[in-house]
Amino acid sequence: MSVPFLVFFACAFLSVLGAVLLLVSWEPIHSALSLILVMMSLAVLYLLLGAEFIAAVQIIVYAGAIMVLFVFVIMLLNAGNEERTDWSKIAKVVGLPMAFFLLLLIARGLSRSVIGATIANGVGARSNAGVSTRDLSTALFRQYLFPFEATSILILIALLGAWILARKDD
Amino acid sequence: MDPGEERRLSIIPISYYLVLSAILFGLGAVGVVFKRNIITILMSIELMLNAVNLAFVAFARAHGQIDGLVFVFFVIVVAAAEAAVGLAIVIMITKNRESLNIERINLLKF
Amino acid sequence: MEFITQHPVLVVSLVKIAVLLFIVMTALAYLTWFERKVVARIQSRWGPYYVGAHGLLQPLADGLKFLFKEDMTPPTSDKFTYTIAPFLALALALTAIALIPFGPPSVQILGQPVFMISNLDIGLLFLFAITSIGVYGVALAGWSSNSKYPLLGGLRSSAQMISYEVSLTLSVVGVLLIAGTLNFNDIISGQSGYYLHFIPRWHVIPQLVGFLCYITAAIAETNRIPFDLPEAETELVAGFHTEYSSFKFAMFFMAEYANMITVSCLATILFFGGWLSPFPDSWTGQVFLPGAGLVLLGMYCAWDTIINMRGIAQLQFAVVTMLCLVGGSICLMPWVRPVIQGPFWFTTKVIAFLFFYVWTRGTLPRFRYDQLMDFGWKLLLPVSLANLVVTSFVLVVPYLRHG
Repeated sequence: MSVPFLVFFACAFLSVLGAVLLLVSWEPIHSALSLILVMMSLAVLYLLLGAEFIAAVQIIVYAGAIMVLFVFVIMLLNAGNEERTDWSKIAKVVGLPMAFFLLLLIARGLSRSVIGATIANGVGARSNAGVSTRDLSTALFRQYLFPFEATSILILIALLGAWILARKDD
Repeated sequence: MDPGEERRLSIIPISYYLVLSAILFGLGAVGVVFKRNIITILMSIELMLNAVNLAFVAFARAHGQIDGLVFVFFVIVVAAAEAAVGLAIVIMITKNRESLNIERINLLKF
Repeated sequence: MEFITQHPVLVVSLVKIAVLLFIVMTALAYLTWFERKVVARIQSRWGPYYVGAHGLLQPLADGLKFLFKEDMTPPTSDKFTYTIAPFLALALALTAIALIPFGPPSVQILGQPVFMISNLDIGLLFLFAITSIGVYGVALAGWSSNSKYPLLGGLRSSAQMISYEVSLTLSVVGVLLIAGTLNFNDIISGQSGYYLHFIPRWHVIPQLVGFLCYITAAIAETNRIPFDLPEAETELVAGFHTEYSSFKFAMFFMAEYANMITVSCLATILFFGGWLSPFPDSWTGQVFLPGAGLVLLGMYCAWDTIINMRGIAQLQFAVVTMLCLVGGSICLMPWVRPVIQGPFWFTTKVIAFLFFYVWTRGTLPRFRYDQLMDFGWKLLLPVSLANLVVTSFVLVVPYLRHG
């Protein structure tokens, strides 16, 4: 049980825990906090996979800006507790076991396919080094320049749209 | 990091990351289908996008190509734009309807 | 013993973390003393004077007071969020200090650099990531207190922090373009060398506008006067930490000062050459400066003890004098002299920045909230962007001319 495995399982456990808490929480603010937990553990997983810039961008943009936006909106709208109604008996007694069985069937089918076999045999990384920021930015500004500029226009449109939608009607 | 540590980074099989990505995506899909609060539904969509990002990064590492990471960058940017506009729409709807329950926002139903 | 030689990274890192934690906690406590003294002198009064000689035991008294106060939790608050918010704020503020190099990486014990805990290739980006998450400490504290003033204060404070965070990051990109790397040590190494043989090649000279934007955004980011409307006492009681008492309040307090220290450290690294000395290398006498400075300070303290102090304050200040003199003579010893240069210059520059912070606190009135947001979005952000554009033009033009 080497350190990378321990870190992987800890982060995987935390991310699944966060996702389950997101679904199960009564209050939206707790769901938001669980999603932040998922994002932070995913950032650590990106670090394990050698993508340090993407891990930093995930924390800065996703956990540090998008989730702050969610938290602000929840606080602003004073989102109260979820309404809960219980599931029907059929869903609980028959549905859940059937869903689980269906999942097992799909997993079995996938693992016997060609692609599934190659992946499940434990393909490791092709190269050992992590990706440096310099390589990523070179790719971004040379090969992918057009999508980059297109996303900047997209952000401008989103900014204008959000401003127009959220301002007070005079 | 020293060379020994660098070699050890790759011993976690990529399939582990893909299984985790599938689990997170499934949980996100469950959230989109079953939750009633609009904001929680938007958060479940973000969870699905995160799961997809993890799959991209895992495959980028498996094939040694950088295109997966560039795509992750774009997915994060698009998710930011989508969250901003989505939440602005939510604020507008709440001003009119006073409720965040998605079953009350059924204006297009007849 | 074999454990130490077989796992040098682990052991040395643990020791460094313990030492740095101790130093940072003491520095936080005495930063409060420093601030109270300087603000008091600006306001023509003495500041803490009676608790220990020259008020030097005041932080200890304050710490004990915080420990012994009753720890209340509002009954209608969200208990989990209420409890983790101050821990989150303090943990993030302290984690940011782990990234900072206090001296050159060439000084090593067991193959590990002594003066830095980590040497990340994306150090600057990681620091900004930690700053981004720091918004949650404030927002969650305001929300979980379940009361009007903290909620308003928390929302305003976090909105201010995320607004100025954009300008903070943009004002630093000019430095990154010049340095070409995100690694702190490489940024500092890029500032070595001298213009005209005596002006150090620090980034503040080509990036003066960037530096001014940075320092303004940093003061706003750490919620200090003149940008501290959300936590001013005359405005919103105490802002987002109104409902907190005793140790949790102390944690917010410490988190604010730790953020101040982090931002000052970052300013010295990015713009003022970090641990590099401002004097040219040809002046070999500069190795005596730390020791000489401390000995001079010790002599001033000795004069003060003999002339002004009486009673127990005299004893306490005599102890301070002995510490200064002993420290100064240690710094003059030949095998300590070259090692202490880096941390000495770094600490001096950080203290200069902290003095600047406290000076603005004592001098300037505060912004109104709408003035603050206007300033952030309508003035600071365009200026930072303009700085970035002009810097990139200036860097690219030589290549354009040569084809």
